[in-house]
Amino acid sequence: MTEPEARGFEPHDHPHHPDERHLPVLEAGVDPGHAHAHADVWLSDVTAGYGDRVAVEHIDLAIEPGTLLAVVGPNGAGKSTLVKVMAGLLRPWTGRVEILRAPAGREAHRIAYVPQAELVDWAFPVTVRDVVMMGRYPALGVLRRPRAADHRAVDGALEQVGMAGHRGTQIGSLSGGQRRRVFLARALAAEPDVFLLDEPVTGVDATTQEDLMDILEAQARRGKTIVATTHDLACAAQRFQRVLAINRTVIAHGPSSLVLDPDVLARTYGGHLLVLGGQAVVLDDAHHHDEAAPGEAHFHDGKGR
Amino acid sequence: MIDLGALFLDPLGHGFFVRAIAAGTLVGVVCAVGGTYVVLKGLAFIGDAVSHAAFPGVVASYLLGGPYLVGAGIAAVVTAVGIGWVSRRARLRADTAIGVLFAGAFALGILLFSTIRGYVGDLFSFLFGYLLAIGPGDLAALAVLSAIVLAVVAVLWKELLYSTFDPLGAAASGLPVEALEYLFLALIALTIVISLQAVGIILVVAMLVTPAATAQLLTVRFAAMMGLAIVLGVASAVIGLYVSYWLDVASGATIVLVETSFFLLALALGPRTGLLSRRRAAAGVGPTIG
Repeated sequence: MTEPEARGFEPHDHPHHPDERHLPVLEAGVDPGHAHAHADVWLSDVTAGYGDRVAVEHIDLAIEPGTLLAVVGPNGAGKSTLVKVMAGLLRPWTGRVEILRAPAGREAHRIAYVPQAELVDWAFPVTVRDVVMMGRYPALGVLRRPRAADHRAVDGALEQVGMAGHRGTQIGSLSGGQRRRVFLARALAAEPDVFLLDEPVTGVDATTQEDLMDILEAQARRGKTIVATTHDLACAAQRFQRVLAINRTVIAHGPSSLVLDPDVLARTYGGHLLVLGGQAVVLDDAHHHDEAAPGEAHFHDGKGR
Repeated sequence: MIDLGALFLDPLGHGFFVRAIAAGTLVGVVCAVGGTYVVLKGLAFIGDAVSHAAFPGVVASYLLGGPYLVGAGIAAVVTAVGIGWVSRRARLRADTAIGVLFAGAFALGILLFSTIRGYVGDLFSFLFGYLLAIGPGDLAALAVLSAIVLAVVAVLWKELLYSTFDPLGAAASGLPVEALEYLFLALIALTIVISLQAVGIILVVAMLVTPAATAQLLTVRFAAMMGLAIVLGVASAVIGLYVSYWLDVASGATIVLVETSFFLLALALGPRTGLLSRRRAAAGVGPTIG
């Protein structure tokens, strides 16, 4: 990194006011002082990475309650890193992170994080119901066994994602879509205020994608804040209210219809984007996840293990 | 004609054999419990490293005339936690850090060992194990340590399960995953110390890993895996002790070979990996898993 890049997609002379949630203004980092008081997720000048490798830098971001936000960007853009910083899993080198108006990690029990499918050991001897019940563990506390309310929450979550019929199935024998459904159910069972989802709809069939997005939309309507990384620009455009386009720095942040325009995408994806008849096609996505962070095992073929 | 009853009952007339059975049972249970996590976390190499690293502690205790459990315990816990710390902080792959630390610790043990003049028979029993020599005091110490390990696992059952399965999800939702990781390493170190006298430093990793690995081939539930590992560990210890008594061969090695036989049997006949089921699957009948 030699020189700081210009961060803003557009110089924003209209500071974003928290009440004007759908104001069609592109903000490349909201003026931190402004949106701070109302934001569920608030980052100020955050730079983070692994070892000596920078993954994201100078991120300013404020996400208000009830927002359904897609984080898009090319491979290695730092999408997963950004979500990990929000989840308190990675301490930023510089900058401040506040989640639910407290330092990252403080309100952890009100957060549900769903890792990329590659980070899960699908051969692990747990059933669908076991995994969803884990969502209840942090609130339960040491030594307490799940009670009736926990069982109800788990069954309700399984019902919502349409996996009630697979309670006793070992997770390795599920399809890709079913696996994502189960992990979303675990997040739902935790009844969090903030959902941080790493590629929740990657590698799933169209029906599953629609079902999962319906559930997330309903949660956002109830005032929950949802941040999801995705490679699917069509899904980001159609199903998310707002989009954050990043490529190590924030390229653009705003309503999806405005962020997902060819100019912004060209700046986000560089040469890896092809625009065909108004339809953007990302070219570099054959193998779509960031390189493994230190200490993480990637399980590429959970089925065979 | 062989009197089968006498074959099984006669050894129980000896106090040392009864103590060996009791110690073997304890070791079988504790190793199966710890080993279930070790297998699922893919940490077999750490088990091997920690057991070797206990050696300088054992030799130092011998030289100072203190109880071996204390020396071995200190050395094993320090190494286990050290491995955890180095692989988190240093920019090294974990297996590299482990290789460096455990070879260094074992070398220190050998160096100390070489300074001893005279009879070192007791120390050889730590390298190869000698269940049949366990005294009443040793047995009581094993029982206390085993109870500690089992109690911690019982208390933190949910937390250990969640952080083993999905450390990121668990940490994000507020579980102290890093602290649990260090606690887990300390528990494994303690488990290894408990098992040292049974099978010795060199074979202890088999006690830890083999029953749990066998159980994983046969079950798809976490609790069932641990339960089956316990059954296999205890059965192997008892069968191994009898066989070693009858044949007058080394008890630790016999126990490990019984465990290995169970593993190979499960590999050949198990529902998912079994050669038979694979043949069935290839023929298009029977359940295909995956």
